[in-house]
Amino acid sequence: MFESLSERLETAFKQVKGQGRITDLNVAATVKEIRKALVDADVNYKIAKEFTDKVKDKATGEKVINAISPGQLMVKIVKDELAGLMGGEASELVLKGNPAVILIAGLQGSGKTTFSGKLANYLKLKKGKSPLLVAADIYRPAAIDQLKVLGGQIGVDVYSEPDTKDAVQIARNAVKEAHSKNKNVVIIDTAGRLAVDEAMMAEVAAIKDAVQPQEILFVVDSMTGQDAVNTAKVFNDRLDFGGVVLTKLDGDTRGGAALSIRYIVDKPIKFVSSGEKLDTLDVFYPERMAQRILGMGDITTLVEKA
Amino acid sequence: QKTKEGFLGKLTRAVAGKSTVDEEVLDNLEEALVSADVGIDTTVKIIDRIEKRVAKDKYLGTTELNRLLQEEIEALLVEAPDQGYKDFELPGGKKPYVILVVGVNGVGKTTTIGKLAHQFKRAGKSVLLGAADTFRAAAVDQLTIWSERVGVPIVKKEMGADPASVAFDAVNSAVAKGVDVLLIDTAGRLHNKAHLMDELSKIRRVIQKVIPEAPHDVLLVLDGSTGQNAVEQARHFTAATQVTSLAITKLDGTAKGGVVLAIADQFKIPVRFIGVGEKAEDLLVFDRHEFVDSLFKL
Ligand SMILES: Nc1nc2c(ncn2[C@@H]2O[C@H](COP(=O)(O)OP(=O)(O)OP(=O)(O)O)[C@@H](O)[C@H]2O)c(=O)[nH]1
Ligand SMILES: Nc1nc2c(ncn2[C@@H]2O[C@H](COP(=O)(O)OP(=O)(O)OP(=O)(O)O)[C@@H](O)[C@H]2O)c(=O)[nH]1
Ligand SMILES: [Mg+2]
Ligand SMILES: [Mg+2]
Repeated sequence: MFESLSERLETAFKQVKGQGRITDLNVAATVKEIRKALVDADVNYKIAKEFTDKVKDKATGEKVINAISPGQLMVKIVKDELAGLMGGEASELVLKGNPAVILIAGLQGSGKTTFSGKLANYLKLKKGKSPLLVAADIYRPAAIDQLKVLGGQIGVDVYSEPDTKDAVQIARNAVKEAHSKNKNVVIIDTAGRLAVDEAMMAEVAAIKDAVQPQEILFVVDSMTGQDAVNTAKVFNDRLDFGGVVLTKLDGDTRGGAALSIRYIVDKPIKFVSSGEKLDTLDVFYPERMAQRILGMGDITTLVEKA
Repeated sequence: QKTKEGFLGKLTRAVAGKSTVDEEVLDNLEEALVSADVGIDTTVKIIDRIEKRVAKDKYLGTTELNRLLQEEIEALLVEAPDQGYKDFELPGGKKPYVILVVGVNGVGKTTTIGKLAHQFKRAGKSVLLGAADTFRAAAVDQLTIWSERVGVPIVKKEMGADPASVAFDAVNSAVAKGVDVLLIDTAGRLHNKAHLMDELSKIRRVIQKVIPEAPHDVLLVLDGSTGQNAVEQARHFTAATQVTSLAITKLDGTAKGGVVLAIADQFKIPVRFIGVGEKAEDLLVFDRHEFVDSLFKL
């Protein structure tokens, strides 16, 4: 993929080989190729446009080093810009409060329950916490069982009320339970919901109001396409979440949704999930994600040599 | 959403008083299609076709352009060879009719099976479920709840059992019971994991030990909010299990599922069903015309 993008860029630059600088004229064709690469990676159409326009301004006038072709220089500029956009300030999980309450939300099937298990495992093993998992999904068949199985695998207690048909109440009771059982982190797994489902969006907002979580994480499937912006925006408007979790990165998707979401809500990606087993939780590397979105191998070395 | 100007609204403005399709119209068209996850290559293909048709047919106005669009896009969606599942009827003469359901993690396989069971039962068919996802936490419990909800029997084993052996038992049981249709659930798996894809091929082979021409349908479930990666899913699942139908789920949200245009065009696999909710009745037989129409709705 890197080869092909790089080759396409070289072709776009062909007429201007030998020129020392990237100019308005020669950058136009390249920008089009980069935009196509981004959209192929599922970056939102409008965002890809805005982003490449910015890159164009940045690139114009750049001096092409002898050892590196204009195409490669453009790729480097794009990649650095992408990584910068997705990186920024270090973004730790917020664990203030006793117990610290973490609310997990997102679309159906995005990986919330699995991630809840992974996070509990991580906090227990790596941060020495004693977490309580909360089954606040009262809709999905066997949602409670699923969380209990995961809790069992990692030795973390799961709070549930199989007969309660009120997720807000379950969440509230769970926090009380955490107090009395000396649990210092509460992780609330909620049902999947669509952004257009008003009743369900109101429910998760009500859970937030009731338990005042220190941290809210929006879980999103890395294979998501153009709609990622709509969803992220509505969830953020409703919940003002603190961070994003990108799941199923063990697949071969380019993951452009990551860029779209960052662009639209400007919230950091705090974790990536890359497997079905509970030990497959990683921190986020903006640089790697940028390369992945562009479908390229590592060209930093190549550029540094120059 | 509703406050945003619809694509056709934009289109109408763009072509008002003009006699040809100009750049602006094509740009709007490109934006609408790409934003529906159709993908650049398929979008370019559609736009080329529109340009050719316009040159040939003499473009007149929005109504005609709209009709051309509908026609050209619908043409990409292959028609199911046997018009299968209209009103949830099964192609005759194959009993039990075995449907193997596959797909990546979390797309809606188990739920789609629950909905299909409901629809087939309502259409007067006897249904059996096979719980061959023995891996995902509480997957068997989930399918069991669906079997109770719909009121159909289920063949299952303990978690961690060999999925192929569950499938084998389910097919044998379907034959013995003389049911009309057997729906086999499988664990979600990412298509780039070779060992998991091999496991699917094995399930297929084991089914064929009992009924050589089964599975009669291999249904690949795609999440309607998935982007271009769905093309890779179709490619790899087809290679492993010879996918014969598609279902697109979660179309009750704002995602359009436009990537199936590329898939249908490339792999010639018909879309059979769409999922529009989480309840048993939230499954529809795919309608090309309505689907294309919905691509342009906001
Ligand atoms: N390969 C892979 N699979 C994952 C990952 N995260 C979750 N899954 C799988 O994705 C599927 C859905 O995960 P869940 O955790 O049930 O998703 P959810 O968001 O809780 O789903 P709902 O509660 O139904 O909305 C399951 O099969 C998980 O095993 C991941 O990072 N990689
Ligand atoms: N809104 C909506 N949700 C759906 C639809 N189909 C499935 N879901 C939801 O999506 C989530 C995942 O569905 P499952 O049926 O468990 O998906 P799966 O493919 O079997 O998942 P794994 O077995 O874990 O790979 C559940 O919360 C379902 O209720 C649909 O058409 N619309
Ligand atoms: Mg869940
Ligand atoms: Mg399932």
